[in-house]
Amino acid sequence: MAADERDEENELERRRRQRNRSIAIALALGVLVLLFYLATLVHLGGNVLNRPL
Amino acid sequence: MADKSIEAETQILTSSAGGSVGDFFALMKPRVMSLVVFTALVGLVAAPGQLHPVLAGIALLCITVGAGASGALNMWYDADIDARMARTAARPIPRGRVTPDEALTFGVVLAVFSVLTLGLLVNWAAGALLALTIAFYILVYTMWLKRRTSQNIVIGGAAGAFPPMIGWAAVTGTVSLESIVLFLIIFFWTPPHFWALALYRSRDYERVGVPMLPVVAGARETRRQILLYSALLAPVAVAPAFIGLGGMAYLVAAIGLGAALLALAVRLYRVREEGREADHAAKKLFAFSILYLFLLFAVLLAEQLARPLLA
Repeated sequence: MAADERDEENELERRRRQRNRSIAIALALGVLVLLFYLATLVHLGGNVLNRPL
Repeated sequence: MADKSIEAETQILTSSAGGSVGDFFALMKPRVMSLVVFTALVGLVAAPGQLHPVLAGIALLCITVGAGASGALNMWYDADIDARMARTAARPIPRGRVTPDEALTFGVVLAVFSVLTLGLLVNWAAGALLALTIAFYILVYTMWLKRRTSQNIVIGGAAGAFPPMIGWAAVTGTVSLESIVLFLIIFFWTPPHFWALALYRSRDYERVGVPMLPVVAGARETRRQILLYSALLAPVAVAPAFIGLGGMAYLVAAIGLGAALLALAVRLYRVREEGREADHAAKKLFAFSILYLFLLFAVLLAEQLARPLLA
């Protein structure tokens, strides 16, 4: 395998892994936000609707 | 020759491209995590009181991620010895797929987020216990005891025994006798489990200078200690049936499984010659010890889940 061909393949692989890691981090943060949202609803219970209109 | 050059090029490709998502997942020791989440679930279900299913799910997720953080931090600290042991040489850091700094950052971030989330969303008793578990596993076991004393896994085993107690605290907000009994079951289970593994992996540990009991005191003494801890474990495992945690099915299971564990420990103890027979007996006890803990907690879980249906 020629050196530049290997470099190109390496760069493609690096980008692919970077992208997958970024997606995983985004998903994890999304799940965290969802958990806080759901837990807040659970803690508030029926009081979530108890507000002046 | 050609194979080697391809292998070398693949190595260059993989190590310079950074770790994949799978490599980071492997840092979390998924198999250990599965046992942690299972025992935590039992603690959570067995605890008296009510916890909203959403909060119960969050508690389990936090405990799982906390266990994963411990795994990543353990791999970060032990990367030097992992690289020289057959069992651990394929882990992401020794293979060059994840750098030690990445593993450290990953572990710290997961630890902080899991503890804070559990504390903020469930309760701070559970959050504090999770923080204690992670700190105990990393600071006490990994950094302090593992490379210094043959009692490393006896004391360090406490870290693996905390999850049911965290699950219990997530529901009740406290530590009580029942959760201490669940803790003690895993605490006394750890030495026979790990020493059985260490018996047939002792060369690995010897090579890297980890003073596991078979390396320091020899196989014979290790087999004696395994028998001793198995004899302690069997009655402790029966205890939940007498404090209202387990019922008749649990009592029968604990006695039967304890007798089987003791029989295997006696068989291992009776081996006088080192070699294939000794390795076979140790492997058998190691495999059964995993099944033992799983079945014990599974029966407890099944009984707890069946209680409302039978009442």
